[in-house]
Amino acid sequence: MHQTSPAPVQPAPGPAAGENRYHITSSRVGMPGAAEPNGHAAGNGHHAGPRPSDALASPVLVKWLRDMIMIREFENRCAQAYQQAKIGGFCHLYIGQEALAVGTIASVEHDDPIITAYRDHGHALARGMTPRACMAEMFGKATGCAKGKGGSMHMFDRPNWLFGGHGIVGAQTPVGAGLAFAAKYELEVLGRSLAGGAAKKKVALCYLGDGALNQGALHEAMNLAGLWSIPVIYVVENNRYSMGTAIERGTTMAHDLTAKARAYGIEGVQIDGMDVRTIYDRFKPLADRCREQQRPAFVDLLTYRYQGHSMSDPQKYRAKDEVELFRQRDSIALLEQHLLHERRALSEADVDAIVHECKALAQDSVEFAEQSPAPDAQELYSDVYVNIQPDLSPTRAYVHGAKNPLL
Amino acid sequence: MAQMTLVQAITSTLAHEMERDSRVVCLGEDVGLNGGVFRVTDGLQKRFGKDRVIDTPLSESGIMGASIGLAIAGMRPIPEIQFEGFLGPAYDQLVNHAARFRNRTRGTVTVPMTVRVPVGGGIHAPEFHSDSPEAIYTHNPGLKVVMPGTPTDAKGLLLSAIRDPDPVVFFEPKRVYRSFREEVPDEEYTIPIGKAKVVSEGTDVTVISWGASVFQCLAAMDELPEDVSAELIDLRTIHPMDSEAVVASVEKTGRAVVVQEAPRLCSVASEVAALIQERCFLRLHAPVQRVTGFDTIMPYAKLENDYLPDAKRVGEAIRQVLAY
Repeated sequence: MHQTSPAPVQPAPGPAAGENRYHITSSRVGMPGAAEPNGHAAGNGHHAGPRPSDALASPVLVKWLRDMIMIREFENRCAQAYQQAKIGGFCHLYIGQEALAVGTIASVEHDDPIITAYRDHGHALARGMTPRACMAEMFGKATGCAKGKGGSMHMFDRPNWLFGGHGIVGAQTPVGAGLAFAAKYELEVLGRSLAGGAAKKKVALCYLGDGALNQGALHEAMNLAGLWSIPVIYVVENNRYSMGTAIERGTTMAHDLTAKARAYGIEGVQIDGMDVRTIYDRFKPLADRCREQQRPAFVDLLTYRYQGHSMSDPQKYRAKDEVELFRQRDSIALLEQHLLHERRALSEADVDAIVHECKALAQDSVEFAEQSPAPDAQELYSDVYVNIQPDLSPTRAYVHGAKNPLL
Repeated sequence: MAQMTLVQAITSTLAHEMERDSRVVCLGEDVGLNGGVFRVTDGLQKRFGKDRVIDTPLSESGIMGASIGLAIAGMRPIPEIQFEGFLGPAYDQLVNHAARFRNRTRGTVTVPMTVRVPVGGGIHAPEFHSDSPEAIYTHNPGLKVVMPGTPTDAKGLLLSAIRDPDPVVFFEPKRVYRSFREEVPDEEYTIPIGKAKVVSEGTDVTVISWGASVFQCLAAMDELPEDVSAELIDLRTIHPMDSEAVVASVEKTGRAVVVQEAPRLCSVASEVAALIQERCFLRLHAPVQRVTGFDTIMPYAKLENDYLPDAKRVGEAIRQVLAY
């Protein structure tokens, strides 16, 4: 059996910068245990010159902070609602990974299509879905983004160019290639946008977990993307675990995932996914290049989920202190410290106000979801085909034999 | 005799067979360290080691294909696919290859593999975590399809499946996993694949079901008037179907209601109804009725109970065939 050497999980020693609302943070910017293959500076933020994100106005970074806090507070409420059995089935929380969705989405245009897997609440919120629509979907209520028919794993937001939310591991990866292929076709063949207006250079973001690296679908998709030079970026949200299996137990070349991209002729980079500024600094130029040159890329974004794979995960596969270790480089705390002490763009009171606002919005989303009606039973038949047709199943004719409670 | 849930019966049976036959290996996503998504393989890796209870990457096609390779080499692999919907990525390996090797090789290469798959709704999860795709795998020749509804049946059928020379899709109804316990005999026994069970005898109407729906049928029968005598058949094996048991019962009662979670169109219930009209036509007092899921995508939590056939719908169908 081929075994790659596991990337050791080491603490990032450093002085505690101080109390904040989420966690103690270390002043050192560096991913615990991050490998730095190919000379890529994986996690270090010790840039010689100014960082691209330094050029951004403070309100932009404050919005990032707000978006990240919103996701965390939303997810805290999801966890609570799930434990109260208000959310059905499965629930995969984004806590710990907030910087990733916020930083990558901030690096592209609003009409660049994105697609992701089932840990999708963060992307939905970062893309502009309201907490109300997102929470109502979690609750399976009619006011949810998909009328309560999709649930936690299937957040779709067409106006915000979010194409799901996909529950089969890896299934979204060829679809992401297709989204980008369409954009390229608009540009190079149609000469207009299918959504109306002029064609423009786009790049699609296709997110996947590290577990999806091992699905055949991804490899077919990356081959197509490389072969046809499709402008899709495969963003691996590398939180180190595919469900209960540590990455080095599940995939080859775990210490250098970009090797997989190179095999398909695709540029691969590794980025510290806990520091939203580092994500922007490195991901934005990459996305710009892919857009400009209409070609694919692959990004190993090192992150960590603080919670289990799903709410029903006993987490036998990792030690509690490992989680604590990563919490010490919490992405929200990192950005908060930067805005408080380096940029001096916010006061403690400002941060408190943001947290307070996000907590209130999260609470409001729960109340909204609770008060919203369940979907009408007739929704069982809606949107399976373009409309309900008399001789095309599903049909309303199946009433004989049992009184159909729906009709 | 020990009181066991369906989960416990399957776990102990897997252990029993692994103890007995070193060719048996379990493989799948998180089956080892984590004990499986529904904890069905809990403790097996500790007992039998990592060589025999194998954690795989997330790669259903790879799991299924590798299991086929193990099987055709003479092993007895038991792959676990976490949810019935995850059979999708493995479909090519299962249907185009596992199911056809015997025929393709004129019997020289066979696939003694048992694919364990949690199936069906009732856990408030959305599509492909709650589907009932037994018809798909029944429709494709070459696979045997089993769905036990009780711990006792699960033990006997699982032993038969593991020892069967052909590929068996062993569907485990999630809703039943921990819903009740029953006495399961300690000693080894097998239940033949292809043999239905008469759950309760009756003379007026035959109710035919399988998996978790059997319990909705029982609940419906409890509500029937005293003077109605209903016979309940649990198919237990979908394919090969025990047509003789179905025919014998309907010959006696003259009325039949078929109950399943799956959508109706081209389903196993359709096949049972066709069988009855072909074989029992002159004995029938009423058209065969099907109580099924609706022909739509399995809905998420709030509509789940509207979708799943319940005792009320089953009872209504029984009353209708009796009143015909």
